[in-house]
Amino acid sequence: MSAPSCPMDVGEPAEHQLLEVSLGPHHPSTHGVFRMDVSLDGETVVKLKPVFGYLHRNHEKIAEKASYLSSIPYTDRLDYICSLTNNCAYVMTVEKLAGLVAPERAEYIRVILCELTRLINHSALAGFLLQDMGALGTPLMYAFREREKILDLFESLTGSRMMCNYMRFGGCRCDLPPGWLEQARAVVANFPSFLDEFEALLTGNEILQARTEGVGVLSPQLAVSAGVTGPMLRASGVNYDIRKVDSYSVYGRLNFRVPLGERGDVFDRYMIRILEMRESLKILEQALRDIPAGPIMDPKAKLRNLRPKAGEAYGRIEGPKGELGFYIISDGGPNPYRYRIRPPSLINLTILEDLCLGRPVADAVVILGSVDIVLGEVDR
Amino acid sequence: MNGAGIIKGMVETARNFAGSYYDPQRLTTVQYPEEKLPPVENARTIPFLVYDGDDAMAGLRCTACTICEKECPPQCIYIIKDTIKKADYVGKLQMQPKVFDIDISVCMSCGICAEVCPFDAIKMDQVFELSARDRFAALLLHKTQLAKPDDYFVKLHKTEASDINGRREENKRKTEAAAAAKAAAPKAPVAPGAAKEGLK
Repeated sequence: MSAPSCPMDVGEPAEHQLLEVSLGPHHPSTHGVFRMDVSLDGETVVKLKPVFGYLHRNHEKIAEKASYLSSIPYTDRLDYICSLTNNCAYVMTVEKLAGLVAPERAEYIRVILCELTRLINHSALAGFLLQDMGALGTPLMYAFREREKILDLFESLTGSRMMCNYMRFGGCRCDLPPGWLEQARAVVANFPSFLDEFEALLTGNEILQARTEGVGVLSPQLAVSAGVTGPMLRASGVNYDIRKVDSYSVYGRLNFRVPLGERGDVFDRYMIRILEMRESLKILEQALRDIPAGPIMDPKAKLRNLRPKAGEAYGRIEGPKGELGFYIISDGGPNPYRYRIRPPSLINLTILEDLCLGRPVADAVVILGSVDIVLGEVDR
Repeated sequence: MNGAGIIKGMVETARNFAGSYYDPQRLTTVQYPEEKLPPVENARTIPFLVYDGDDAMAGLRCTACTICEKECPPQCIYIIKDTIKKADYVGKLQMQPKVFDIDISVCMSCGICAEVCPFDAIKMDQVFELSARDRFAALLLHKTQLAKPDDYFVKLHKTEASDINGRREENKRKTEAAAAAKAAAPKAPVAPGAAKEGLK
């Protein structure tokens, strides 16, 4: 009798059979249209292949054909939970390229909006992570209830809740409406009580601890060599925050600390986001207190027909998910010659297999949740 | 693993559950089709064309300059210029659109058209119940459907509209004053100088 070619052949002993499972793309725990081709030995992951590209929209090529202004609404759709940080990174790169300087008030507005975006992202992420562990609904709904309040602020300022399209080269599109700062201060003042409630609900929960402690440990060496950035990197104990390293915008004047993890497991990644939200609230308090009056646009800036002189620029900010960078080459024309994005989600995703190997398949879902991806940014 | 953390969490859930009966902070759901949230002044959905006066097509502010068509990120605006010019609000002859279509199934509500328009002719609407049974014709809006009166714009965006209308009034007054000065001094050798005087 010839040797069986199919591994699923009944002739083979059960302990050597690998089961290939396709997790996704239509699976709520994959945070969008993302597929993991997992090979399982029993319940243990022995091989994991991330498959993405289902949400590819040709963003970079479209941006090379559109004017500099027309690309801003498209950047909203990269990481659609945090449209304002995407706007900010893009306009900062173009400002670098075109030699524009945003006035101080505009910089403060940007910092306030970026930190509010960080609050949205981290609270939503914590909710989704718990959803992945089977806490269906409750933590996510609590997180979304707070997110709504910040989205209301965005709507009254920018006109849209998620696709804000607010920042412009050399400043911001419009000034803050009257009373906005007071509303923002009220939201910021109420946020710590939500965080306390959220922590009382979750952090001490034994099921959460059992599911997350020691799961998906990312060593600092691997994190650095794979180019992982953001809360993922800091949860592994590497002190690298672009807000501190570059001190871009007005972050150099604001007093805040960078929380670091010790073990680099899923629990640390959850905890680091809670702590970062508390630091963001500190930044917000200072920025909302210190925001000066004045113009919001660089007088040299023009909206249409921007033709930066030939050259290249790389601009980066500390986005909620990691280092969000834009690389733009101009040949002096009305549209970029080359437009490239460094998406933190995609690069943080590259170590997924290393984290999941040897773990049960149920942990793979939790680990993916803790990586914090948004497919709009992974696929572009 | 003694379960104290779980009990603490359950207490939190219970507080939220009980609170949702009397605390507006915890009762956040709006019963949408019956209740609606108050409109937000800056909110934007799809663009519309502003017209002055009573006749929508005669009063359109649009001059078919096609700036919005060029800058629109998803390229959802389609304009054909008319061959006949018409007078604008200060009496100057301007082009007008023969065709002005917006495909709202493509529009991504970014508001760039309203931002770049130098004539304040296209502004962002706040309608949101836009679903239609026909995927194509019903979502391709022509200029007759897009035209909305200036009063409507003032109602939606009070602050912005008062700025714009103030500027337009000012322009109109200046032009009228210049025209009056020109009419009063027909023998003036250089017309621009007279017009300038009229401005003061």
